[in-house]
Amino acid sequence: MSQALKELGGYVEAKRGDCVIGWEIAHGELNVDVALSNIAGLVEFLKTDQNCAFSSLVDITAVDYPERAKRYDVVYHLLSMYQNHRIRLRVAVRSDDMVPSITEVYPAANWFEREVFDMFGILFSGHPDLRRILTDYGFRGHPLRKDFPTTGYTEVRYDEVHKRVVYEPVSLVQEYRQFDFMSPWEGAEYILPGDEKKEGSA
Amino acid sequence: MMDGTKFDDALTGEQKIRNFNINFGPQHPAAHGVLRLVLELDGEIVERCDPHIGLLHRGTEKLMESRTYLQNLPYFDRLDYVAPMNQEHAWCLAIEKLTGVEVPRRASLIRVLYSEIGRILNHLLNVTTQAMDVGALTPPLWGFEEREKLMCFYERACGARLHAAYFRPGGVHQDLPPDLLDDIETWAKEFPRVLADIDGLLTENRIFKQRNADIGVVSEQEALDWGFSGVMVRGSGMAWDLRRAQPYECYDEFEFQIPVGKNGDCYDRYLVRMEEMRQSLLIIHQAIEKLRAPEGQGDVLARGKITPPSRGEMKTSMEALIHHFKLYTEGFHVPAGEVYAAVEAPKGEFGVYLVADGSNKPYRAKIRAPGFLHLQAMDHIASGHQLADVAAIIGTMDVVFGEIDR
Repeated sequence: MSQALKELGGYVEAKRGDCVIGWEIAHGELNVDVALSNIAGLVEFLKTDQNCAFSSLVDITAVDYPERAKRYDVVYHLLSMYQNHRIRLRVAVRSDDMVPSITEVYPAANWFEREVFDMFGILFSGHPDLRRILTDYGFRGHPLRKDFPTTGYTEVRYDEVHKRVVYEPVSLVQEYRQFDFMSPWEGAEYILPGDEKKEGSA
Repeated sequence: MMDGTKFDDALTGEQKIRNFNINFGPQHPAAHGVLRLVLELDGEIVERCDPHIGLLHRGTEKLMESRTYLQNLPYFDRLDYVAPMNQEHAWCLAIEKLTGVEVPRRASLIRVLYSEIGRILNHLLNVTTQAMDVGALTPPLWGFEEREKLMCFYERACGARLHAAYFRPGGVHQDLPPDLLDDIETWAKEFPRVLADIDGLLTENRIFKQRNADIGVVSEQEALDWGFSGVMVRGSGMAWDLRRAQPYECYDEFEFQIPVGKNGDCYDRYLVRMEEMRQSLLIIHQAIEKLRAPEGQGDVLARGKITPPSRGEMKTSMEALIHHFKLYTEGFHVPAGEVYAAVEAPKGEFGVYLVADGSNKPYRAKIRAPGFLHLQAMDHIASGHQLADVAAIIGTMDVVFGEIDR
């Protein structure tokens, strides 16, 4: 399995060296890093080439790394039902970049790209209908960004006076619980009680 | 010509025939209040179909980022709540892949057994409610009776009928008592009779056939383009099954056939589902036999960092007690890396893309639900069909909104 994937990785790099930034095999899976501008071309190649024959699109998603200059990774998973192998394509994207849409190659990309737009705010150029998909009508913000609070900003309730559902800012009766699981020796950037006079801490 | 152009008296604006937009449903029992289907109709013909999803969006993926790996497991029961354990399976496989944990043989067999019970649970619901969508009321009653029995087996294994949290990273939570195995076997021997009853009620039923045959035809190319999986590709004639193509757990040692359809219509998919239930029964029988064999005995959890110590050990050993406490508060740490683990869930390929950063919480977990892609193709498949066929198509796609909206 791993040997076949190595050959596949080498083959893709040899054929489309201009698109592939690097590739590796980890946990028995083939990861390919792709340049942003070439993603649509590479996906088309992977679909049509006989040795790759990636017949179906499994998934498109993104991962947010706020500390990186290229903040997002857009991740594509492809599957070949004929050759029985999988591939993962990773594209690093700046927050103001537009990602070329692959709906022309795989119609199935339509909703996935809408979801990535909805959840991360990444724009896809050439997408036929880039609307929000999972969040509420009129929702603001992109929930899966790391800087979006898990509680969100608004909450809804049915208002007896207005006889309709109203939106209000979230009011928590108790602070949202984010536990710090690291022990004081490894994590803990805050000042521990009784430690105030320690050197360095103001 | 009935399009309203040939009549001189149809010149006033009021009499002109125009397309009609309606909100369809709720029709399918799995889609009550959670699917808004905007249909554009030309008479009774569907011109355009725009599913609005997300009404059951609970932000599972966001919530998972602030919880430990073990705390995240029950979220998977709440995705496809028709066959909960199959979802947990994908999550466990992803974690086991990253941590490199070997699941003991007995746990592996139990997982197979319960995955197949889950498959029957799902197909029973799907087949019978599809019959209900097209007008039959008896099959759901019969099917739900059997589902009830199966959920009793869920309950006897893990204490919950629906939200099982039974598959754990490293194995399954508890061992099965021997009489539960006996009861599952007894049930599996009786079930073919019920299946034959449902079969006799539907398969050659004139109305059922008229409503399903040649409706929602999916060609091989369409199935690939739209990223279908599971029954939706097998109905179109491709023998693609992850249990066979990319075996996980110990499916490679089980004997079963993969039924495929010929025409790719709703009726073929119904037939495939019926046959899959029979094949699942075969797997159940084999799994029970293997569980009773001497090789099938032993522990059900790979004892180590990611699983709790046994109860007895915990009561006598201080280290075990500390380990137990740390496991259920801090949770276990998963080495950094990214994996994609997929299982052949009853609805198709259910996958988890997990990005770990070495801490006790997933950095990002993406849930890949088969129904998401199936429903996406709704516009493509339903266009040109009659309004009444939309019900049959939703039924055959096997959508459950827990997993689509996440």
